[in-house]
Amino acid sequence: MPEVNLTVQHPSGLHARPASVFVKTASQFKSNVRVVYGEKDINAKSILSVLTLGANQGANITIKAEGEDSDQAIQALTELIESNFGEGG
Amino acid sequence: MSTVIKGIGASPGIAIGPAWIYRPIKVEVRTISNSDPITEQLRLDSALMESKKQLEDLHIRTLAMVGEEEAAIFQAHAMVLEDPEFIDTVKKIIREKRINAEPAVQEGVEHYANMLLALEDEYFQARAQDIQDVGRRIIQCLSGAGKGQNTNPPFPVVIAAEELYPSDTVQFDKKVILGFCTIKGGPTSHVAIMARSLGVPAIVSAPFVLEEIEEESILIINGGDGTVVIKPDENEIRTAKKNQQDLEDKSAVQFASTHEPAVTTDGVAVEIVANIGSADDARIAVEYGAEGVGLLRTEFLYMDRTALPTVDEQIKIYREIFEAMGDRPVVVRTLDIGGDKSVPYLGLQKEDNPFLGWRAIRMVSERPEVLEQQFSALLQAGEKSDLRIMIPMISNIDEVINAREMLEKVKEYLLRKGIPVPQKLQYGIMVEVPSAVMQVSEISDYVDFFSIGTNDLTQYTVAVDRGNERVANLASPFHPAVIRLIHKTITDAHAKGKWVGLCGEMAGDPLAAPLLLGLGLDEFSMAHTSIPCIKYLMRMLDKSECEKIAIEALTLPSIAAVKNYMIEINRKMDIC
Repeated sequence: MPEVNLTVQHPSGLHARPASVFVKTASQFKSNVRVVYGEKDINAKSILSVLTLGANQGANITIKAEGEDSDQAIQALTELIESNFGEGG
Repeated sequence: MSTVIKGIGASPGIAIGPAWIYRPIKVEVRTISNSDPITEQLRLDSALMESKKQLEDLHIRTLAMVGEEEAAIFQAHAMVLEDPEFIDTVKKIIREKRINAEPAVQEGVEHYANMLLALEDEYFQARAQDIQDVGRRIIQCLSGAGKGQNTNPPFPVVIAAEELYPSDTVQFDKKVILGFCTIKGGPTSHVAIMARSLGVPAIVSAPFVLEEIEEESILIINGGDGTVVIKPDENEIRTAKKNQQDLEDKSAVQFASTHEPAVTTDGVAVEIVANIGSADDARIAVEYGAEGVGLLRTEFLYMDRTALPTVDEQIKIYREIFEAMGDRPVVVRTLDIGGDKSVPYLGLQKEDNPFLGWRAIRMVSERPEVLEQQFSALLQAGEKSDLRIMIPMISNIDEVINAREMLEKVKEYLLRKGIPVPQKLQYGIMVEVPSAVMQVSEISDYVDFFSIGTNDLTQYTVAVDRGNERVANLASPFHPAVIRLIHKTITDAHAKGKWVGLCGEMAGDPLAAPLLLGLGLDEFSMAHTSIPCIKYLMRMLDKSECEKIAIEALTLPSIAAVKNYMIEINRKMDIC
């Protein structure tokens, strides 16, 4: 099962617009996608779960995926976070 | 027998039509045990679909009627409806407890709302409200309460309500709204703003009793004098109809000439500009004949988010507005926000007296980057514009000097980096606090212009919270103290060669126009709907005549005396 460790750089953290873009991106894939932050391990396709993660700017999160398009899912979500949710630097 | 109730006119015009009482729907949730899980899950699915349709509808309607920011709320709500964990949680409750879908939704909503509330941050408190709101919608759909009742009036009506929130007002079809009257709210409440942008009359703070209005009985509301007539008799209806017709004829005539300049009979050109809060507003203002913008509110850029808007985000939004205004002047008010709003990332806290507290320019010492970034974005976006930046809530001269130094520094920095800035840049302040009025002369050495915010100047002068309907009637800009402060501001600024604008409600009031013109006001900034009338009016006035009127008005001792005098002038000149 592919997984990746990332740091959330966006000033809003994984909330507000970044959270909705993240969930929408994850939902495009068939794979089961999860986010691990601290002791929490949640469904990346659930906006309420992502919000309750409480991942602020600087949070180190792990994304893992399981399923036929797991590699693509990991790649898309990594790009999203590394591009600061499409807002540039 | 008719009943006449006096409220506050919040949007001009006369509406005559059947009453339609808006009551937010309250649905009681009953638990039915031993329900069939398969049936209940299917009911849930169809309620989710129905809710989604409603939210899509609301989103589009809000986008069209209000704007992007408000519309985004409903998009966020729609995401909850598609949340797989939320749906699973509810379905699990249905299966395990063998109960009907309504209480299961409620339980699921509370589960997530409590998790969000536990995060102890105002941002999450607001999200908890969002999910509770979505929950109510799903339950309404389940019980069928959302259909037929209270969704939308079937024919044009005058809407009467205790209070109307943005999500209430946007759900009505524009075509069926003749006007609004509400028991609560002030002239700057959401419903008032909405009514003005729709161009329909509105009365707020009207102490009527909802139960005493029969559904579909006739109501007359007059935004001019703030009256609501319940069950009018034949004569009252006839008179109102005639006045309505006269008003409509007048406004058609006024609108036809609204793109002509406003020059008085003795040849003085008066600048008539608009108060706006978005690019859509800017485009409408131009259509209504605005010669520029006298107040661009910028708070919307900062609301409903968890971090400061980036400079690039701000540039994009400002640029769209500046482009809509072309080479017309645009006065931008920097962030004017305080403890009455919940914006946690700015460090705002609930305060006992938010209007006397840590707000607007007072935030600059702790959070200089907020203003710095706003200056930077404005200078970059306004490169080709006639840009005028003004600072709100100034109460002493140090604030004027410090903000000016900051603006200069940002400008130099941009120039050093080779980034072009506007050639015609002006710097000014808002005159809202009486202490600023007393120092206009000294402040003139540091600014290019002043803009009087009469709503706040009145509130700070007469010590009245204008959102409090029990005292709102005391807060009149026709108070002798307020007009004397306006007089002093204009006189002292002109003595130093600075121009003065006014961007409160007063600027768009036909009753105040001869007075303000006589006091020497250079720029009148108002809601776009008032522009045709005020321009038309200015062309009928003689400035030197108005100067005499102003001198007389300045001697009068009370609000009533000033108002009556202006009404008499109005009648004599046969204006508006």
